Amino acid sequence: MSARIGVVTFPGSLDDVDAHRAVRIAGAEPVALWHGDHDLRGVDAVILPGGFSYGDHLRAGAIARFSPVMREVVDAARRGLPVLGICNGFQVLCEAHLLPGALTRNAGLHFVCRDMWLRVETVRTAWTSGYEPGQEILVPVKHGEGRYVAAAGTLAELEAEERVVFRYARGNPNGSFHDIAGVCDASRRVVGLMPHPEHAVDGLTGPSVDGVALFLSVLTAHV
Amino acid sequence: MSDAAQSDAAQSDAAAVDTVELAGKTPGEHQPYEELGLRPDEYERIHTVLGRRPTAAELAMYSVMWSEHCSYKSSKVHLLQFAGTRTDRLLAGIGANAGVVDVGAGLAVTFKVESHNHPSFVEPYQGAATGVGGIVRDILAMGARPLAVLDPLRFGAADAPDTRRVLSGVVAGIGGYGNCLGLPNIGGEVVFDPSYAGNPLVNALCVGALPADRLQQAAATGPGNLVVLVGAKTGRDGIGGVSVLASATFDTGGGWAGSMAGGPAKRPSVQVGDPFTEKVLIECCLELFARDLVVGVQDLGGAGLTCAISETAAAGRAGMRVSLERVPLREASMEPPEVLVSESQERMLLIVAPPAVDEVLAVCRRWGALATVIGDVTDSGRLVVTWHGETVVDVPPASLADEGPVYERPIRRPADLDALAAAGPGSLPRPATGIELRETLVRMAASPNLCDRSWVTEQYDRYVRGDVVLAWPENAGVLRIDEDTECGVALSVDGNGRYCRLDPYTGTQLALAEACRNVAVTGAVPLAVTNCLNFGSPEDPEVMWQFAEACRGLADGCRELGLPVTGGNVSFYNSTGAVAIHPTPVVGVLGLFDDVTRRTPLGFSEEGDTILLLGVTRDEFGGSEWAWVTHGHLGGRPPQVDLRAERLLAEVLVAGSRDGMVDAAHDLSDGGLAQALVEACLRGGAGARIVLPAGADPFVALFSESAGRAVVAVPRSEELRFTEMCDARGLPMTRIGVVDGDSLDVQDAFSISLAELEQAWNATLPRLFGGGPV
Repeated sequence: MSARIGVVTFPGSLDDVDAHRAVRIAGAEPVALWHGDHDLRGVDAVILPGGFSYGDHLRAGAIARFSPVMREVVDAARRGLPVLGICNGFQVLCEAHLLPGALTRNAGLHFVCRDMWLRVETVRTAWTSGYEPGQEILVPVKHGEGRYVAAAGTLAELEAEERVVFRYARGNPNGSFHDIAGVCDASRRVVGLMPHPEHAVDGLTGPSVDGVALFLSVLTAHV
Repeated sequence: MSDAAQSDAAQSDAAAVDTVELAGKTPGEHQPYEELGLRPDEYERIHTVLGRRPTAAELAMYSVMWSEHCSYKSSKVHLLQFAGTRTDRLLAGIGANAGVVDVGAGLAVTFKVESHNHPSFVEPYQGAATGVGGIVRDILAMGARPLAVLDPLRFGAADAPDTRRVLSGVVAGIGGYGNCLGLPNIGGEVVFDPSYAGNPLVNALCVGALPADRLQQAAATGPGNLVVLVGAKTGRDGIGGVSVLASATFDTGGGWAGSMAGGPAKRPSVQVGDPFTEKVLIECCLELFARDLVVGVQDLGGAGLTCAISETAAAGRAGMRVSLERVPLREASMEPPEVLVSESQERMLLIVAPPAVDEVLAVCRRWGALATVIGDVTDSGRLVVTWHGETVVDVPPASLADEGPVYERPIRRPADLDALAAAGPGSLPRPATGIELRETLVRMAASPNLCDRSWVTEQYDRYVRGDVVLAWPENAGVLRIDEDTECGVALSVDGNGRYCRLDPYTGTQLALAEACRNVAVTGAVPLAVTNCLNFGSPEDPEVMWQFAEACRGLADGCRELGLPVTGGNVSFYNSTGAVAIHPTPVVGVLGLFDDVTRRTPLGFSEEGDTILLLGVTRDEFGGSEWAWVTHGHLGGRPPQVDLRAERLLAEVLVAGSRDGMVDAAHDLSDGGLAQALVEACLRGGAGARIVLPAGADPFVALFSESAGRAVVAVPRSEELRFTEMCDARGLPMTRIGVVDGDSLDVQDAFSISLAELEQAWNATLPRLFGGGPV
């Protein structure tokens, strides 16, 4: 039986269809989860997709954090369920304090959509075990608020514990501290990143297929 | 407040309202019809239709529905020519919210382009944002999921002081709305010309797809069916947008804002967008369509509720009763005329059979979309609107929607046209030496109209939904529309105001030819046409002549190419004072792929590929980018257009792509061969060694803008097969070089490294408009 990966749809989620496709391409079964439900439908992992949940009113991810499904996601993550937050999903995970730090307005003040090279800094997470350490991958970014910031102490801790998962390798598109593109929690099962691996799973529509390994990794992490 | 007090308050409000009954009793009442944009004879005509003076609410409705923007009163007689351009693939055409084309396998594609020019000058961010929102709702109203947008944009001179304000706001607005809606932006244009300084052109095209059997009707049929308003609350934004903003030049004051808000500012006439509400509205409507819960649907755009209720009632050949006080308001003090003409965004009107209404409301609740039953369909043949029980509108709906005034405006060939044609580019000094040619090429590549557009396109999401196969700067936007069959579409929008200034008939056909070529270069078969006709004031006979010529050119061109015009939009009054913009018809072409994986990209990437130039190059520089950039010159004749040759070129490009004979292809247009090579090299990251045809004037070969041409990069193994195909079909073709190295070399003339080219090409827009993304 193939693994079942939940994809949450908030009102304003946009890349949920892409996350579903990426899960399918990895050979797993995508399961639609609804923001208003207190139910994870027994999935093996959860993806919070990109978009503008609740219109990003107030602050990106600030309202989604309080949705019924997020209470379940937080509880399950604390019990070890692998969770991946992409772009807006990363913002939600930071707002929910599953991940440290925050995403602020891009240093250039514009929305930026650009193919970026990332370096996979650690393969010791539920979502990156399928990569080679130090591997460089080509994945799109597209966001207006993707500048990763955190207190100096937090940054030091992230670096010391090798919890910076992805780093911009050839140019930083948003002014993120330490060129950070993605981080994980202490359990290494909750990962958030601003770039969009789900847009790099099909050579016809993406700049590469480098994103597929992320969705494959979690299958082995779980089994 | 007690019930009694509430009822008193309602009654005292109602007492202040101009009712049908009151209108009958006070025939001499002075009404501000001229401030609302109506002429005395039009006002008289309303009396004839109604047999009395209109109420304030009725006057408001006629003023917006009979505005140029809604009624097409000056353009209608010319647009009729497009009716002769149908095909049997057309499921819905002119007159529908958007044209719908059957693409086989049970799927249909719908697309349309619209203008939001005037609001985007007054308030660039919101004007452009709501332009996207409006065209997206048109596509949604056909029953389709909106899939992508394209934005043809025109601004004043790149270095003019106001251009930065307008462009920055417009681009941020398009991105802010489209990105949040989850629609990839896959193509468009960014053009600078002083003629657009006071009248930027902000056009927006949306494309969507639907199961062919789920096409929705914009008609209120079935007496007893309910009228449901879904989406945002109605506020005081966009009051009189279509009449005051879109149907008048910028030098006239007053209007709605003047008469209703007490001031001359036009800003209240610009709508304010909320893309999150629209995203929810889209998903909500698509679920309603999928569950077959609605009888009819219409979007609320220009002229707001008035347009939606009168058009659906007229189309249903029935009547309608609306209790206006049920419309959810942002401001409780709004009066009936304001509620009726507000252009508040993110609203749709549904016609629902009574047994389905509970389910409809439940779906809307689930998506968090506000839904309210505001009326019902009747068999009275009248559109009746009440306000707290008092009748404020009682009119035949067709008198608003279909039977507005129609004008055959006087036309006159512009007096300066002969002088303009005589002052051709022949006398302009031309570059001759290798150094001069090199200098010209770099200067052109760095010029605002030809340089890299990343500053703009990087602010737009081009990945969302995962079906974008090609996006600009590619020749056309290409989308996969069916993951199982790999069926796909290509879209291009093109226009050239300078060509049209010199000769609107030929210029329009050149725009059509270029859009077709751009679609065909990617490998798609051109299938259908939409258009956005941007012109000055129709009251100026010279502008009207340009418009008539453009329509004639487009209709003739489409007939010759066998392509239907599926719909479009007219934007008049793009003038400031007596000065009109260049006549700028923008033509959108939809092309079809059986197998989108066969698409041809623009960039040279395979070393050793043979570069072939397809088509015939003539000495044609009238209206060219070269004449403009290097001499600030506009005169002479535009390039000649040969639609049979275009068709042949398209057939060869499509066949070459389908049979895997072509690695890369790029159409030749502004800037000629030189610019096409610059773009193909920089896009693919590979250089080219070019040998210009023996005996050719290098300057003409490199910079002429002759139409009907493309460059292709063909693998050595396919070269013979491809050239034999060209010969067999009679398409002129010249071998001009190979893909090789990291520079662009033109033998016996010059060599330039891609690094130098890229620097020149990339730096211009960031230098003009700020650093942009880090």
